[in-house]
Amino acid sequence: MDASAAATQALYGASDPGLRIRSIVFRSALLLSMTVALIAIIGIISWAVVEGGQRLSLGLLTNNPSSFRPETAGYRPAILGSFQIIAGVIALIIPLGVGAALYLEQFADKQRWYNRAIELNIQNLAGVPSIVFGILGLAFIVRGPLDMGFIAAAGSATIALLVLPTVILASREAIKAVPPSLLEGAMALGVTRWQAVWKMVLPAAAPGMLTGIILAVARAIGEAAPLLLVGAATFVTFDPNFWEGGYSALPVMIYQYAGRPQDEFHVLAAAGVLVMLGLVVVVNSVAVWLRAKYERTW
Amino acid sequence: MKELGKEKLMAESASTKEEVFSLGGVNVYYGDSLAVKDVSFPIYKNEITALIGPSGCGKSTILRSLNRMNDLIPGARVEGDLQYHGADIYGSDVDPVQVRKIIGMVFQKPNPFPKSIYENVAFGPQTLGMKGSMDDIVEEALVGAALWDEVKDRLKDNAFGMSGGQQQRLCIARTIAVKPDVILMDEPCSALDPVSTYKIEDLMMKLKKDYTIVIVTHNMQQAARVADKTAFFTVSSNDEEGSRTGVLVEFDETSKIFSNPADQRTQDYVTGRFG
Repeated sequence: MDASAAATQALYGASDPGLRIRSIVFRSALLLSMTVALIAIIGIISWAVVEGGQRLSLGLLTNNPSSFRPETAGYRPAILGSFQIIAGVIALIIPLGVGAALYLEQFADKQRWYNRAIELNIQNLAGVPSIVFGILGLAFIVRGPLDMGFIAAAGSATIALLVLPTVILASREAIKAVPPSLLEGAMALGVTRWQAVWKMVLPAAAPGMLTGIILAVARAIGEAAPLLLVGAATFVTFDPNFWEGGYSALPVMIYQYAGRPQDEFHVLAAAGVLVMLGLVVVVNSVAVWLRAKYERTW
Repeated sequence: MKELGKEKLMAESASTKEEVFSLGGVNVYYGDSLAVKDVSFPIYKNEITALIGPSGCGKSTILRSLNRMNDLIPGARVEGDLQYHGADIYGSDVDPVQVRKIIGMVFQKPNPFPKSIYENVAFGPQTLGMKGSMDDIVEEALVGAALWDEVKDRLKDNAFGMSGGQQQRLCIARTIAVKPDVILMDEPCSALDPVSTYKIEDLMMKLKKDYTIVIVTHNMQQAARVADKTAFFTVSSNDEEGSRTGVLVEFDETSKIFSNPADQRTQDYVTGRFG
């Protein structure tokens, strides 16, 4: 055996076959997990396309719902309702979520017990089932102290509370990822902590925060359970107003159609699923584009 | 709140060697542990004062208490007499933000802002609302940091595209743009190559005409090359309490510290016998 063959032997020949098998098993397990997730998504989408694809038309988006003419019924009020709810959610979670995260990361004294208690509670809140937030919304927003009634704004506020912990947690991670040297560098110039945070830390953390907000909005679009409790269950055949009157939302409307006995309504529900998926894709694309744009500016 | 006015604080004294800082029995605590004990020495105007010593001797701690950067660390506390032009830096009516404006700082690792070269320098003056043409302020600062010729054609480029040495000089430019009185440097060359280090040292020699400079360095040759005065710190272990505290061993002319120190510990350190 010459020298180079010996070297090759040393490099490749010595590997433990048991190690290689374990690595293959591990990779297969990972692949399997991914496949299961993928199959679920592909299953839902292909079911919706096969079942509801035939109903895809502009009328699906622009027509009012109907309880006796499923072939021409549409999702207009539900789509408008969902848009209004999402707009309200975004308007609420950006200042509240980012504000809370900035306070906890940059200003709160972590030695204090109450700040630690707040942190722990926010983490727990992120895991509370959405129906609990529905009850909270019903008791405190629709009725109780705020007494807003069954309106889209109440639905917005309820969903915002539901996704707020996620936004706070993601924003905190984004702030933590900003090197402390950035804050130090700014403060060493004699600017106040607030100026340094606002002008340096926040812009650096913004793309990461946006990711959290995208996730929250995507979840907000799909939430039905809490909305059922705060008024969205109504069968609405008129364009909703954010501040008054009944409203509906896409997932709630899909739920209503899917619960009817006639097959035509099931087709309509499947088509609604496609509309909702499309809406999620649109919202996410806008957010991804925004994030890319923001990242480029620095 | 009474402002820590530059004019008041910079009132000229008759002596040729004006004391910018005077430390008397300064103790710095992090929480309950005493990080540096009983430090007393002066820092003179338009001189470079080097703080040297082994790791953990508290030289950076002392540096960071000069412009109250330690205030940013929860639990950090300074005791004793720490005067800047005769005014107590830790006085109850002193605004730490104002202190940092007058006493700037350059850090160990270059930390440019994730912005353009121009914006890096303009950030301080803009945020502090300084008067005058921003273009002039930026140019003056970059010229002052010996960086202008290298970057004048790419001021709009991202600062992260510069070399490490350029980034550090940009940080110096950023600091002098807000027109401080003192520049504190915390091991400014430890992340740089020898050529960049030389450029920074050269720059420091120029800057001391206009500024008072305090530099912490691990590099004894650097202290010997640039500093007028040198303070040697070391670690004093208390085995009973298991604590390690930094103490000032000796403060003197740099030439004396390196050629004929009064203390045996200094002698051992500068000749490379420990540390």
